[in-house]
Amino acid sequence: MLQLRYFASLRESLGIGDEQVELPNDVHDLAGLTRWLQERDPTWKSALADSRLHVAINQEIVKVDAAIRDGDEIAWFPPVTGG
Amino acid sequence: MIRVQTEDFDAGAELEQLRGSNKGQAGAMVSFTGLMRDLNVGDTVTQMTLEHYPGMTEKALERIEQVANERWELTATLIIHRVGSLTPNDNIVFVAAASRHREQAFRACEYMIDTLKTEAPFWKKETLSGRTRWVEQENSV
Repeated sequence: MLQLRYFASLRESLGIGDEQVELPNDVHDLAGLTRWLQERDPTWKSALADSRLHVAINQEIVKVDAAIRDGDEIAWFPPVTGG
Repeated sequence: MIRVQTEDFDAGAELEQLRGSNKGQAGAMVSFTGLMRDLNVGDTVTQMTLEHYPGMTEKALERIEQVANERWELTATLIIHRVGSLTPNDNIVFVAAASRHREQAFRACEYMIDTLKTEAPFWKKETLSGRTRWVEQENSV
C-alpha cells in the first residue's frame, strides 16, 4: 500500500488531500507512479503535469527517478511560500 | 528549538527566554519577526491561511536549525512558525540566534529565515475582497 498526499493548490485542484493505493505491479519509480496516476484520471493528468511541483518520499524531497517501495508515503506539492 | 503552532507568540517573551537559557556565554542575540501584511502584489489582503505538512515541516525546520548550528558558533537558536488562520499585523514567524559575538548571530538568523522561506513546506492562501488565491513563490520572497 502507498500513502499519497497532496497539498495546497494541488489538493484543491484534485479535491482530495490524501489517499491509499496498492503499489501497481509495473511501477518502480516516481516517474512511473506519476504516469500511472495520470492515466488513471484526467484530473490527475493535468494537475501532475505542472513541472513546478515538488515531490517528497517519506518526507524527503526527491527527483523523478527516485525508487518507490511498498509502504512509502509520497507527497506532491507546489513551491513553498512560508516565512 | 523549533515550534509549529496555531497560537500566537510573544516575540519579547521568547527573546527573554532565549536570554535566560544562555547562562552568560552569549554576547549577542539577533531575531527576525515576520508579520502579515495587508497588501500583496497590489491587492488588499483581509485574511490568510497557512497550510503545512505535519511531520515533514518540523523535520525541515530542525534541519535548518541544525545546519545553522554547524556553520556558526551559536549558544541558542529558536524557530517558531504559525499555521492556520491569520489577519493583517499578526505574527507569522520568529527566528532567533544567540552567540558570543554579534556577527555569528546575524549570519545565522539571516540563513535560517532565508532557508525557511525556500525549503520548509508551508503554503499561504490569501483572502482578498470576495476571492482567495494561493501565494506564488516569486511574490513572497
